Amino acid sequence: MAIIIIIAVVAVIAIIWVAVYNGLVKSRMLTQEAWSQIDVQLKRRNDLIPNLVNTVKGYADFEKSTLQAVTDARASVNNAQGPAATMAASDQLTGALSHLFAVAEAYPDLKASTSFNKLQEELTNTENKIAYSRQLFNTTTASYNTKLQSFPSNIIAGIHHFEPSEFIVVPENEKEVPTVKF
Amino acid sequence: MLYEQIQSNKRRTIVLLVGFFILVAIVGAAVGYLLLGSLELGIIAAIVIGVIYTLIMISNSTSVVMAMNHGTEIKNADEEPELWHTVEDMSMVAQVPMPRVFIIQDDSPNAFATGNSPKNSAVAATTGLLKIMNRHELEGVIGHEISHIRNYDIRISTIALALTAAISLLVNLGSNWWFWGSGTNRRDNRESGSNGAQIFLLIFSIIIMVLAPLVATVVQLAISRNREYLADAGSVELTRNPEELISALSKLGSAKPMENVDPSSASLYISNPLKQKKHLFDTHPPIEERIARLQKM
Repeated sequence: MAIIIIIAVVAVIAIIWVAVYNGLVKSRMLTQEAWSQIDVQLKRRNDLIPNLVNTVKGYADFEKSTLQAVTDARASVNNAQGPAATMAASDQLTGALSHLFAVAEAYPDLKASTSFNKLQEELTNTENKIAYSRQLFNTTTASYNTKLQSFPSNIIAGIHHFEPSEFIVVPENEKEVPTVKF
Repeated sequence: MLYEQIQSNKRRTIVLLVGFFILVAIVGAAVGYLLLGSLELGIIAAIVIGVIYTLIMISNSTSVVMAMNHGTEIKNADEEPELWHTVEDMSMVAQVPMPRVFIIQDDSPNAFATGNSPKNSAVAATTGLLKIMNRHELEGVIGHEISHIRNYDIRISTIALALTAAISLLVNLGSNWWFWGSGTNRRDNRESGSNGAQIFLLIFSIIIMVLAPLVATVVQLAISRNREYLADAGSVELTRNPEELISALSKLGSAKPMENVDPSSASLYISNPLKQKKHLFDTHPPIEERIARLQKM
């Protein structure tokens, strides 16, 4: 009788252990998926920018410094290592791009061009997706980190060395309207 | 909170289904008595019709509802980039698969979602909506629709829609009874006597036929009204910006009614497309009340 009880208890613990472990793995995978979402969008934006620069260059008197800022920011996103640095560089690029679109308001010919409008929609879309996938990343990170800290999953997480995932902080200056100088 | 909402929606789907089927059976009994002189035959026929309607709706709800509302599907981002991209964004944050996207040619701004599960769902927007909303407002509206999908509201409203349609078909059949000559007369010839019971059944049947469509509509609407607040809250959870939805709702509130809308689908839309002023039959809580709740967030 005692043996049956011991076997039953061990079996229950084993089942709980497997379930919690799988839950942690799934949760961690969701944060990684959310990060790769961001990554896809960052790459997509970097692919769009050369087209944008070429389209805008056609308008001879367009501010050189604005274009240069976009090109530089794009390069630093490419070279950045790790989520935090990448997102910081990405925020720079977001700023440079919104400056470029603000400046473009002063060029009626450019604004009337279909290829420019299409690029603007594509880039706005990508920027939105970056913002939303970052929100998703933080949501999944929060639920994963909660699991790492709450009982009983914290014990299993400790034994199997699950590392907490880091939030991506939204920069304060992102909500500022870019200033336009002529 | 959200998880509980989804669970309770799944439970309520079953309660709703059972309740609605009982209503269908009662209507069937009434119609069967009037047309065939048999309660049992009526009940069997009604349940068969109800099951067929429900199955058609569940297996194919998107196409049926979209055809009823004159929606045309768009297959890629090039046709309506802003709408397509907004739906993509909102379904990504809500962690539901990308729904199919439809456009309805109508100058009145409106939108709805339908389907039987998040895997098999669709969102429709009118051309009027795309015209008057800016991108942020559109996000608020689409966020509301995606919340309906994520909360499984679409499944409940689809089944309610199917059974309301089944009841109105039965009542239409039954209301022809005096043209076809009623089954009760035939039975009178066979067996005289028990007149009191027959008159009672006759009156009872007629009352049922008058009341049933009303009951079905009231139930359908009560189901949808509650969900609108939840979907509004869900939209804000996705966009993190109540102002977007507030400004979108105030534009929707002051818009003119839709031209060519299917009345039984009215409860699906984000804002009542018919704009009538009868409170029991309201498909939606008043826009002012919804805005007031959003402002408190």
